[in-house]
Amino acid sequence: MAAKKTERLLNLVICLLATRRYLTVQQIREAVPGYGAGEGPAQEEAFRRMFERDKEELRDLGIPLETGSNSGWDDEPGYRIAQRDYQLPEIALEPDEAAALGLAARLWQSAPLAGATGSALLKLRAAGIEPPESATGLEPRIGATEPAFESCLAGAVQGQVLRFDYRTAGRPAPEYRRVEPWGVVSWHGRWYLVAHDLTREATRVFRLSRITGPVTPEGPTGAVVIPDGSDLRAMVVESAGDTPTTTARVRVRTGSCWELRRTATTTVPDGEGWEVVELPYSDHRRFADRVAGYGADAVVLSPDEARQSVVRRLTALAEDTPAEVRS
Amino acid sequence: MSGTLEELPRLLALVPYLLTRPGIAFATAAADFGITEDRLRKDLNLLWVCGLPGHYPGDLIEIDFEGDTITLSDPQGVVRPLRLSVDEALALVVALRTLAETPGLADPEPVLRALAKVEAAAGTAAAPADRVAVALEGEGTVLPLVREALARHKVLRLVYWTAGRDETTERDVDPVRLLVVEGSSYLEGWCRRAEGMRVFHLGRVQALKVLDEDAAPPPDAPSRDLSQGLFQPAPGDTVVRLALEPGAAWVADFYPCDAVEELGDGRQVVTLRTSGTAWVRRLALSLGASGRVLEPAWLAQRVREDARSALAAYSDR
Repeated sequence: MAAKKTERLLNLVICLLATRRYLTVQQIREAVPGYGAGEGPAQEEAFRRMFERDKEELRDLGIPLETGSNSGWDDEPGYRIAQRDYQLPEIALEPDEAAALGLAARLWQSAPLAGATGSALLKLRAAGIEPPESATGLEPRIGATEPAFESCLAGAVQGQVLRFDYRTAGRPAPEYRRVEPWGVVSWHGRWYLVAHDLTREATRVFRLSRITGPVTPEGPTGAVVIPDGSDLRAMVVESAGDTPTTTARVRVRTGSCWELRRTATTTVPDGEGWEVVELPYSDHRRFADRVAGYGADAVVLSPDEARQSVVRRLTALAEDTPAEVRS
Repeated sequence: MSGTLEELPRLLALVPYLLTRPGIAFATAAADFGITEDRLRKDLNLLWVCGLPGHYPGDLIEIDFEGDTITLSDPQGVVRPLRLSVDEALALVVALRTLAETPGLADPEPVLRALAKVEAAAGTAAAPADRVAVALEGEGTVLPLVREALARHKVLRLVYWTAGRDETTERDVDPVRLLVVEGSSYLEGWCRRAEGMRVFHLGRVQALKVLDEDAAPPPDAPSRDLSQGLFQPAPGDTVVRLALEPGAAWVADFYPCDAVEELGDGRQVVTLRTSGTAWVRRLALSLGASGRVLEPAWLAQRVREDARSALAAYSDR
């Protein structure tokens, strides 16, 4: 029964925290209720297996179980838990710091970080901290609904090589990837994996929503070495190619195209009801996507490559006959 | 399997929690731990049969109940909570860094002090937090004013751009919540002009003023449930089907689709529902040859007309 097992483990933790000497498994069996006292080899075997599982569970919970011998003559190692390794160090927060923590604690909306926040808060409360309910009406949330999130996060944290299939825009089928994960980044509400692609021998940024199927860890943990000074966020932004290199002149109808105008460096009137704005951009195709959406309200004057990109989009649509699904 | 992986950490936290709060009410402790009072009673029943080897009365965890209150003495060595695990440290450290780095979302100074203390307490467990980064759109000039209006319960006057209709309007809003969802910041409030609850994208606020007028959103005004995401279909929405070439596959990532049919070779047909179709026209225009509106037919016709009148503007200049 679960309660019995919880009771046994709690007694085990209390016992190992209290001892300064390493306790052998037999000493533990005698000291902690619930391990059974039978003498025969079958009972002995059952106890050993139970104790092995208990040790694993304590380690999974982050309880620092120490193994060692009391002296050079002891050939059987024993166990103990050092208070110094076990205890959360002293921490005290001012009211405004506790408020900040309370707000931060509401950020994560999905597994596994929402759960980790909850258990972290329990420990901090147990250390005497009282995070307030949070400022009224302030709700920053970060979701992570991508199925690959949890395994990519684990791979990055543990420094373990990952394998997965990845769908690239414009390619017909997903492709196999084997990467050294450097980190995960949330940008514009989506998660990305920054990694060194072992097949392509280059740094790559992967969008988590395009990973198809399972993400499989491979080899030992701690195997990934990340170059000093790697700025994960900058790598994601750079991969999106958003740094402007060219400036376009666009004629826009007065009072329209506000989202385009946000990035304008200059705006000058150009006849009744129109203005000409200068807009910096990096890629003329992507820039044409933005401008074409405004139809007749935004006309690219220069440069010619951006102008032609927009005209191509519009021509394709203007000439389109009623569409049918081609399969 | 058992719930030990949940129960043991809770019990190990409960002992020092109660130790530092003698005489705490049952209800308060249960609420802090997010459990029912009944569950808390079961936890306490388990705690007080546990203790040091020997398990004589003086070896056990001692708990006194008086009325509705709990007092724990004799923690039998469990005097402090367990250290933060790597996952726990990461969750708190990255969240605090995100608050500190997002312009306008919070006063960075106390956030940074809290961050330094949490990092110090976490020790080496905090190091893997460097493997995670979050960039939120902060809106540094707008956000502090929205926070101020919320804190002081004042009306906000917005000059707001509506993307669908490509027009700018002035609205007085009784603010209710400031949300950061899917990377962007939004204000939810009672729009006096529309006489309804509205969600405003703060990236589309052109100007903003806190009025010296007390906010009074109708008490029964329904808040939007955002647990399923920001965009939710409603009855009466238009069902739109779009055929996408491989180059437009991002559309299926970006917009919440009801259905995605793969046609092979990276081509797709997506189905989405929307209350306004102006943004779909805009999207179709920007996709050019890589996307087609299949249904409704009238929308496909509107896109063709939009494209023709835009082309006319190009041949004029």
